[in-house]
Amino acid sequence: MPDYIETGLYVLVLATFLGFEVIRRVPPLFHTPLMSLTNAIAAISLVGSLVLAGSGRGTLTTVLGSIAVAASTLNVVGGFILTDRMLRMFRSPAAKAAKAAKAARTTAETR
Amino acid sequence: MRDAFVAVAYLVASALFVFGLKGISQPKTARRGLRCAEVGMLLAVVGTLVKHEIVEFQWIATAMVIGAAAGTAMSWTIPMTAMPQRIALSHAFGALAAGLVGTAEYYDRHEALSRFTMGAIGLECLLGFLTFTGSLIAFAKLAEVLPGRPWIYRGQNYVNLGVLAAAVAAGVWLVVDPGRTAIFPVLVGLALLFGVFLVVRIGGADMPTVISLLNSYAGLSAAAMGFVLDNKLLIIAGALDGSSGLILSVIMCRAMNRSFTNVLFGGFGAVEQAAEPGAVEERPVRSATAEEAVMLLETAGDVIIVPGYGLAVAQAQHKIRELADILERNGCQVRFAIHPVAGRMPGHMNVLLAEADVSYDRIFDMDQINSDFARCDVALVVGANDVTNPAAKTRQDSPIYGMPILDVSSARTVMVIKRSMSSGFAGVENELYFQDKTLMLFGDAKHVADSLIRELESVVPV
Repeated sequence: MPDYIETGLYVLVLATFLGFEVIRRVPPLFHTPLMSLTNAIAAISLVGSLVLAGSGRGTLTTVLGSIAVAASTLNVVGGFILTDRMLRMFRSPAAKAAKAAKAARTTAETR
Repeated sequence: MRDAFVAVAYLVASALFVFGLKGISQPKTARRGLRCAEVGMLLAVVGTLVKHEIVEFQWIATAMVIGAAAGTAMSWTIPMTAMPQRIALSHAFGALAAGLVGTAEYYDRHEALSRFTMGAIGLECLLGFLTFTGSLIAFAKLAEVLPGRPWIYRGQNYVNLGVLAAAVAAGVWLVVDPGRTAIFPVLVGLALLFGVFLVVRIGGADMPTVISLLNSYAGLSAAAMGFVLDNKLLIIAGALDGSSGLILSVIMCRAMNRSFTNVLFGGFGAVEQAAEPGAVEERPVRSATAEEAVMLLETAGDVIIVPGYGLAVAQAQHKIRELADILERNGCQVRFAIHPVAGRMPGHMNVLLAEADVSYDRIFDMDQINSDFARCDVALVVGANDVTNPAAKTRQDSPIYGMPILDVSSARTVMVIKRSMSSGFAGVENELYFQDKTLMLFGDAKHVADSLIRELESVVPV
């Protein structure tokens, strides 16, 4: 077996174990943001698509590569925006109280 | 020099992705984690763009602008209730990209492919294209472009497995003889077909499992691409996504006491067809008005709200939060109990309640809160059905027997907000509705919540 394949398989196995250990701890509260974040991360196929779209290897490669670049950029940008929108909504009780207090103060001042 | 920069950028990006996922395991660090992942992605892209291989930039720039614009437009304004179909759509795009890269690599290099690389391309394309069409079907079902009911016919499993076997056979043939370019389109076509066949037979309540599984496939497809391109960053990111999707689908399966094979190849849909209409005897239920319900809620000291898919359909999350606020002003403790498979994707209800500004210390998972139902005054079920059905515990002949449920029926009083008496996804009647202590509030969840709020406002001092 060539070296690069062997290292690749080791990396795959270790990264999978790491993934299991890290993600097992994510509470159900964050399951949807987790899914949209991993989606954005998996759009790393952008790296492969960029090379195809930009290496001038022929029309077919450039066309397929460009579509792939568009699709994965969509996921990178969209995935990060979605995750951010969701995480911004999950506020801690303390932050919520602070926000309410601040709102009350501003209304008091304007009066 | 440049190569070293690329290598370091990829290495740092891999580490930042892991930090990102680690961050999201705690509310406090979640957004910091997201920033880490964003920086990681930026590094990966910049690192790739400086590579020697990239000589022209016009197509890259065009495609990136289009993708970024579409991604922003599709994510900025989408309502939280539409999140399941939006996530399904992003699985489709991610998988499409992986499949197309595999296709281009094959046609570029088929004359000089090693068997291992050909195998990786085959796997990448198989997973990529089946996830692409599978996710599109899931999207169509969730967005109600296609009916959400499972589409089932006799011998379906044989057809599906046959298509999958043929696709794998085509892949094996290519591994043996990579130069056989005529076989490659066959592999792609069969993978696309299998994706459709796999998901058309999945019904709404199984969507959380299937979405997680498709998430996992999209990740594995990216990992396979990593082997094709000999790129460790792709392998790591793909493996992280793959394991995340797998963990989520295992959690979903466990929450329904079902196996993967049961979700994918059999199960609830068949039961739905077997139940003959008219064979069910008419049984009396206690239907109540908002006024009657409020008389009980007004004196309650401890209320647990159980949201389900019906809450999402009616977009009732804001009204339910208002209702909870009024009850709390009245000195009542209000908590939310969430079943792992409530809604159409993992964590669906949490997102909706967060959108309505319910702080997460009031939201509890099934294991945390189940023993408290026996002590609460009112359990208010909003658009949830099968996950509250006591038959899962008591009736061995029930198709949902053994599924862990929220122990709603042990509450002193149960109130159910529901549109009609129709049975849930599993096609099973819910014993809960026929108990003496259960009040049925028929109507759209938003309207019912609204009338409860109005009735309460007249009795609770502001």
